[in-house]
Amino acid sequence: MNAASGSVVMTAREAMRTAMSDAMRDDPRVFLMGEDVGEYGGCFAVSAGMLAEFGPERVRDTPLSESGFVGAGIGAAMAGMRPIVEIMTVNFSLLALDQIVNNAATLRHMSGGQLGVPIVIRMTTGGGRQLAAQHSHSLDGWYAHIPGIKVLAPATVEDFRWMLKPALADPDPVIIFEHGGLYAATGDVPTVDPGLPLDRAVVRRAGRDLAMITFGGTLPTCLAAADELATDGIDAEVIDLRSLRPLDDATILESVARTHRAVVVDEGWRSGGISGEIAARIMEQAFYELDAPVGRVCTLEVPLPYPRHLELAALPSVERIVGAARTTMEGGEFVGATASAAPGRTVPR
Amino acid sequence: MNRLDTDARMARLRDMVLMRRFEERCAQLYQQTKIRGFLHLYVGEEAIAAGICRQLRPGDAVVATYREHGHALMKGVPIGAVMAEMFGRVDGCSGGRGGSMHLFDAEHRFYGGNAIVAGGLPIAVGLGLADRMNGRDRVTACFFGEGAMAEGEFHESMNLAALWDLPVLFCCENNLYAMGTALGRSEAQTDLALRASGYGMPAWPVDGMDVEAVHAAAERAITHVRSGAGPAFLELRTFRFRAHSMYDPELYRTKEEVERWREHDPIDTLAARMTADGELDDDAIADLEAEADTAIDAAVEFADASPVEDVATLLRHVYAPDHRTEEVTA
Repeated sequence: MNAASGSVVMTAREAMRTAMSDAMRDDPRVFLMGEDVGEYGGCFAVSAGMLAEFGPERVRDTPLSESGFVGAGIGAAMAGMRPIVEIMTVNFSLLALDQIVNNAATLRHMSGGQLGVPIVIRMTTGGGRQLAAQHSHSLDGWYAHIPGIKVLAPATVEDFRWMLKPALADPDPVIIFEHGGLYAATGDVPTVDPGLPLDRAVVRRAGRDLAMITFGGTLPTCLAAADELATDGIDAEVIDLRSLRPLDDATILESVARTHRAVVVDEGWRSGGISGEIAARIMEQAFYELDAPVGRVCTLEVPLPYPRHLELAALPSVERIVGAARTTMEGGEFVGATASAAPGRTVPR
Repeated sequence: MNRLDTDARMARLRDMVLMRRFEERCAQLYQQTKIRGFLHLYVGEEAIAAGICRQLRPGDAVVATYREHGHALMKGVPIGAVMAEMFGRVDGCSGGRGGSMHLFDAEHRFYGGNAIVAGGLPIAVGLGLADRMNGRDRVTACFFGEGAMAEGEFHESMNLAALWDLPVLFCCENNLYAMGTALGRSEAQTDLALRASGYGMPAWPVDGMDVEAVHAAAERAITHVRSGAGPAFLELRTFRFRAHSMYDPELYRTKEEVERWREHDPIDTLAARMTADGELDDDAIADLEAEADTAIDAAVEFADASPVEDVATLLRHVYAPDHRTEEVTA
């Protein structure tokens, strides 16, 4: 630890483990539940070692029953506990969709405000690891469609360390999407809670020329693209949304009001995705600030393929982000620039 | 063997008459458009809620389905609040936001009112898990129909509850039809208690038309669950005399089948037994009905007098009020 700066270097994986362990030491109501969180040490080793400290009651291995144990977390939360439920990947969370959407998101409302569901559901999201089409998708924005839940996407090691505490303190269900490509990332983490509100976006790189709006796994890609653009004299601002529901409109609009241009970068698919929601909010609230159409860089409209070169071609890349930023700077429209594999389109010979 | 004493018999008869007449009034109110949406009536199945819920303690929990008016009343949810909920008024037990299918009452530990078949079972497991982790002496009774046994959530919940020795009583109300699909057309194994016992918990079938049989079975099952020995399962064999909901033309079963089951009406069955034992006469039955009607009249009056919610508060109850809530797009 660097005592002088009050910070410590760790991986995102260690940061989340530290956050969970701290929470469990501080509050006997908190427990961790999920597939292989205990004996195995966590599918992605996030909870490694926690079983030894907290025991099998509080680091609770579950059967492969996503709906069952997510629902059990909801019930336990209503009965006064503060469960952290881990789902291995967002794709598996679809098996628990009934409990998340029909129960966690609705119980406060259906009961007329009598019942709250203070649960935290953590899951891995995102591609880039050659895990193909049932382990790699980014459905984060999909969950952000649902009133009644809050959706977080930590992109920095600091947020892996410090987002959990306010999420557990929240009286409503919070879903945390952890991009699998970030677990091994290292970063400087403050040793005391910086106290950042969950629903605030943060400018990770200040810039004058365009607002690059992203979250989660594509933040490092955007920062790299901004560095490359800087060599061309284009000064991009990079906004890390941190929360997809609620969205921090104010930070986005303030940036657009200064830069007059925006590119949204989202590892989800473009059609019906959160990138469209962000672009629409800019259009609704800052139309006359814009000097160019809002650009989008998303995952191409294909289930993620196994071969590395195809997967990388499908995901947002520095090259595509730089290209979109340049198009924006030229005031150009994005006709076909980010579209691909549109329904009905035939493969060119 | 299952015989209750005279006072207990009279109390269960009173309970069943109240539920029956409450539901019949609801059907009328539906025709009068006071109640809208889906309305699922419990007529014919009253012995189950009366026989089980009345043995629960105030600290025990109930998780039920969209056919839950009777369970709510038996768990102590005030009758006026239940009726006002069906009217969609602010004094409803869910503030009017839920309606017939979503009755909730945190004070009475009544957790719905779940309209996704089998969706309440994992919730019951979680309530039981919290009780177990905190060493609380509480039971969660979870009601569901036999149709739920075809859902994956049934399997997952039974396994979890048995694996973790949770204090949950699973009460399968087998009324033979999942909406319009007969049991034999949807389940490969129609011996439901046999299936349940495969999860490693005591499970047995009960005549769900006989409140004394239900009471005896529930007493035994609740004692088991409360002892910390893990969950139990009851298959309560019953029949719904009315349609699935108010929109159901009942093409899937015959009038003769319904008539045969009506011969086992749980109210008539108990009343006949009590009459034969000299515990009941026609005047007493009339008194019970009048007493129920008085309570229902008052509930309807209460519901009708309750205001509708101001549209200005439409966006309440999505998130906790003392926290940052969703921005409102004008």
